[in-house]
Amino acid sequence: MQENSSQTRELILAFESSCDETSVAVIENGEKILANVIASQINSQKRFGGVVPEVASRHHVEQITLCAEEAMTQAHVTYADLTAVAVTYGPGLVGALLIGVSAAKAIAFAHQLPLIPVNHMAGHVYAARLVKPLTYPLIALLVSGGHTELVYMRTAGQFEIIGDTRDDAAGEAFDKVGRVLGLAYPAGGKIDHLASQGQDSFHFPRAMIKEANYDFSFSGLKSAFINTVHNAQQRGEALSHADLAASFQASVIDVIVTKTLRAVKQYGVQQLIMAGGVAANSGLRDRFRQEIAQRDLELDFVVPPLRLCGDNGAMIGAAAHVLYAQGVRGDAHLNADPSLSFPYLAANTTK
Amino acid sequence: MFRYQVASAAATQQVGKQLGQMVKPSDVILLQGDLGAGKTTFTKGLASGLGIQQYVKSPTFTLIREYSSGRLPLYHMDVYRLENGGGDELGLEEYFGGDGVSVVEWPQFIQDEWPETYLEISFTKSTDNPQLRELTFSPHGKRYVQLVTQLQAKL
Repeated sequence: MQENSSQTRELILAFESSCDETSVAVIENGEKILANVIASQINSQKRFGGVVPEVASRHHVEQITLCAEEAMTQAHVTYADLTAVAVTYGPGLVGALLIGVSAAKAIAFAHQLPLIPVNHMAGHVYAARLVKPLTYPLIALLVSGGHTELVYMRTAGQFEIIGDTRDDAAGEAFDKVGRVLGLAYPAGGKIDHLASQGQDSFHFPRAMIKEANYDFSFSGLKSAFINTVHNAQQRGEALSHADLAASFQASVIDVIVTKTLRAVKQYGVQQLIMAGGVAANSGLRDRFRQEIAQRDLELDFVVPPLRLCGDNGAMIGAAAHVLYAQGVRGDAHLNADPSLSFPYLAANTTK
Repeated sequence: MFRYQVASAAATQQVGKQLGQMVKPSDVILLQGDLGAGKTTFTKGLASGLGIQQYVKSPTFTLIREYSSGRLPLYHMDVYRLENGGGDELGLEEYFGGDGVSVVEWPQFIQDEWPETYLEISFTKSTDNPQLRELTFSPHGKRYVQLVTQLQAKL
């Protein structure tokens, strides 16, 4: 089910402003990035020291037109060349979303262009389309600071959640455990590095690993970790941070890989996409590759590059290409929907 | 001030559920406590008391999650990531004065944004038993004194 590229260029200007990042991209035919401008990367390296997330609507307002101009310039296109304007309308922070929605509506109206509303999570899945064509049905594992979801796609543009976290997202657990170890935010990369030097000696729980569903829970693991560190402190005992990190990471990876590959088998998909910030974790990637090789699965495992795994406009443009072909349109009444979600498909699994 | 001990995550949720059945529009509840103290667990209970069926997931990264399927809207906020500022521009006053119930985790990072009246609940973990928590209810304002009295009668 590959989309053909037509003779004429389809150019989509895509806006993303659902949370911390303001980003505008220009995407050609749903697969080629002509520009992908992300504001926070331009102006503040300091985020990683001081960590002031640019959540304020004011920041998005300041950035969004600059990003749009920059994206158009980088892509060497004018408004007259554009086919459509796309925008994330949820889920996210209402104030932040509204900036993108208003900007996209204004440009669509001023230049008489179709407007395509895009679910942010659809964007994360379609980041993979910027790497290679998608083959349906497929499963996407979206794993980041804010999400841990397994999404099943029967066909292009159709999304059903088959598994979700019931409490903390995996990436959030990494950061919180990192704080307990005194690591600076964001701690995911540092834990990954520490873990490679340690052993899984603490045997933390593997929450919900055997349950006949595809949901996750990382809150209990976080508590177990905190209690272990806390109790050792009370006894005046020093624990190996490398072993703690390795044990924590082993628990997260065991659960995610086991449940994801079980879903892959049950749903009979040939392609698995992994996206989101935690997709950068080397332990997680390696384990997926090992298991896929060992089990001799005919599974195409696609992980977009890290720059496309975080929030960005390019992925919104890639998703919008598919929605555009399916006739999805927004109008002047398009509003932000902070709680937008894919439908949840209760897994009818067998043990 | 009212103190109440719970010995499990389920018991924490149960207290939240009771409170969820009593809250009114524009109520603001501030949850204080360390990582893993039970703030999100309590909020899950509160959501179920409001009749919300969805999973209540931690809003640490998303900052605010809104749930509209219950008796009242629930605005679940977590400003853990705003330790170094930024909370003043989140537009929290619109939520606090809104039609729903606001629950805020890590409220110490947005102290300037607190409304005049609110219910503060502190979660303290026991040093010897990792399951045990003490919940301290501190009402600020008449509405919340009444709410805590009502809750106390139910527990």
